[in-house]
Amino acid sequence: MAEPPYTPVPVGTWYTPYAAVLRSRMQAQRAYRLSFASEIFSAFLIGIVEFAEVWVIYHNVRMLGGLDLNGALLLFGLSNTGFALAQVLFGHLDSLPTLIRLGVLDAYYLRPQPLLLQLITSDISLRRLARASVAIIVLGLGLMRNDIDWSLPTLGLLMTTLMSGIALFGGLFVCAAGAQFYLIDGAELTNSFTYGGSFAAMQPASVFPTSLKLVFGFAIPVAFTAYLPTIALLHVPGPPLLPSWLAWLAPLAALWVWLLALGLWRLGTRHYQGGGG
Amino acid sequence: MQLAAVHALRTARVYLYLARAGFRRQSQYKLAMFAGLFTNCVFGFVRAAVMIAAVRGSGEFGGYDAGSIGAYVWLSQGLLGATQFMGPPLELVDRVKNGDVAIDFLRPVDVQFSYLAIDLGRAACTILPRGLPSVLVGVFTFGLAMPGTPGPYVLGLTSVVLAVALSFLCLFAVGLIGFWVVETRGIRVLYQICGTFLAGLFVPVHMFPAWLRTAAHATPFPSILQSPIDILSGRVTGMESVMVLATQVFWVLAVGAIGRVLVAAGRRRLEVQGG
Repeated sequence: MAEPPYTPVPVGTWYTPYAAVLRSRMQAQRAYRLSFASEIFSAFLIGIVEFAEVWVIYHNVRMLGGLDLNGALLLFGLSNTGFALAQVLFGHLDSLPTLIRLGVLDAYYLRPQPLLLQLITSDISLRRLARASVAIIVLGLGLMRNDIDWSLPTLGLLMTTLMSGIALFGGLFVCAAGAQFYLIDGAELTNSFTYGGSFAAMQPASVFPTSLKLVFGFAIPVAFTAYLPTIALLHVPGPPLLPSWLAWLAPLAALWVWLLALGLWRLGTRHYQGGGG
Repeated sequence: MQLAAVHALRTARVYLYLARAGFRRQSQYKLAMFAGLFTNCVFGFVRAAVMIAAVRGSGEFGGYDAGSIGAYVWLSQGLLGATQFMGPPLELVDRVKNGDVAIDFLRPVDVQFSYLAIDLGRAACTILPRGLPSVLVGVFTFGLAMPGTPGPYVLGLTSVVLAVALSFLCLFAVGLIGFWVVETRGIRVLYQICGTFLAGLFVPVHMFPAWLRTAAHATPFPSILQSPIDILSGRVTGMESVMVLATQVFWVLAVGAIGRVLVAAGRRRLEVQGG
C-alpha cells in the first residue's frame, strides 16, 4: 500500500483568524443567558426611548423642518439603521482609551494582523442588533406610511443610502479611534463625531443654521445618511445648500469620511508609543 | 454632650476633606473637561436648532419661546457634566465587582456619605470649566432669556446641589445592584437612557403628553435636570420654586434611604461570599 501523496494542509485564507475570533465572541456572549437576555432587552428599550424623543416633538408640532411625523419615521429609520449597524461592527472602538491606558493594546501590536481589523473584530456585540432592529422596524413603518413611488431607482437609492450610511458611521468610529491616541483623557471629545454625528443625522437638517448645515452636510456629512435620502424619497426639494439630488452622492460622502478616518488612524498609530511595561 | 459636639465637628471635617479631594482630583483632568465642554456644545447647537425650529413652527410649545427654549437647552447642556448623567460609570461599580468595596466598609466613614462628599467636590469642579462656559456659549450664540434678579440664582444653586446629590445617589444605588448581578452595564445604560429622557434632557418634561408627564414625575429624574433648569431660568418663581425644591429634597431622602438599604443588604451578601 503506497503512502498517499503529501498534500499540504490548507491553512485557510486571510480572514480565517477573524472568523474564528468572531465565532468565539458570539459564543461567549450567549454563555451567560440571563445577562444576555437582559442586555438584549435593554438595548431594545433604548431604541424605543430614542424614538420616543422624536415622537414627543411631533406630538407638539405637526411639521418640523418640512417633515411631518411620517417623514420623521423615515428620517429616524434611515439614520438609526445605519448608525446601529455601524455600531455593531465598529462601536467597541470606543474602548480604545481603556485598552491604551491598561497597556493591553501592545498585545495587539504583536500579532501579525493589521491593528484596525483586529480591533474591529475584537468585540462584535450582538446586543446592539436589538437596537438596530427597532431602527429597522421604524424604517419599515416609514416606508409604508409615506407615499413613495416604488421603482428601481427608489430601491437603488435606498440600498445605496443604507450601505453608505453604515460605512459613513463606521468611518466616524474609526476617526474617533484615531483621535483617541492623542486624547487619552479627552476621549469624550470624540463623542462629538460619533454620537453627536448620529444625533445630528436624526434631525431634519433644514432647521440648522448655515454653519451647522455646512458642518453636517459636508465636513462630517451625516446629512447624507438620512436627511437627503428622506427628502429625495418624498420629493421635497430641500433647503439651499442641501438639494435633494445630493442624496445620490452618499457613497462619495462615505468615501470622504473614510479618507479622513484612515488619515487620522495613521497619524494616531504613528503617535502611539506603547503602554510601557 | 461636649464629646458629641466634638465628634460631629470631626465627622464634618472628614467629609469636607473628602469633598476637597474630589474637587482636586477632578481639576487634574483638564483635557477631559475641555473635551466634555466641546461635546456639550456640539449637542447644544443641534438641540437648540431643532428646538427653536419647533417653537417657531407651533404657536404654543409648552409655554416656551425662542429665548426660554434656548435657556432650557443650554442650561441642560451645562448641567450634564455636574450631574454626570452621561458620564462614565462610578468608580464604585468596579470596586463592587472586584471586591475592593470590602475595604471601603472597613473605613471609619460611612460608605454612602463619603462617596457623596467626593462626588459633590467633583461636581463643584466641573461647574466653572464646563458648566458656565456651555451656558455662555448659548448666551453668545442664541441669546438666552435669563432672569434679572438674584433670587432665582440663589434658589437655583441650591437646586443644582440637590440635583447633583440626587443624581449621585441614584447612580450609587444602581451601582450597588452589582452585588447581585455580575455585569451591571445593561442596567446602567438602561438607567442612563430612560433617565435622561424622563429628566427632560431631549424634550422638556412640560411638553410630554399628560400620561408620560405623570409617569416622569413618579420618578426622581425630573428633579435631576428639569427642576434646576426651571428655577435657574425663572420658569418657576416664588412659592412654586420652593415646592420644586421640596420635591427634590423628598427624592434625595427617598433614594438615599434606598441606597442605605442596598448597602446594608450588599454588605451581608459580601460577607457570605467573602474569603
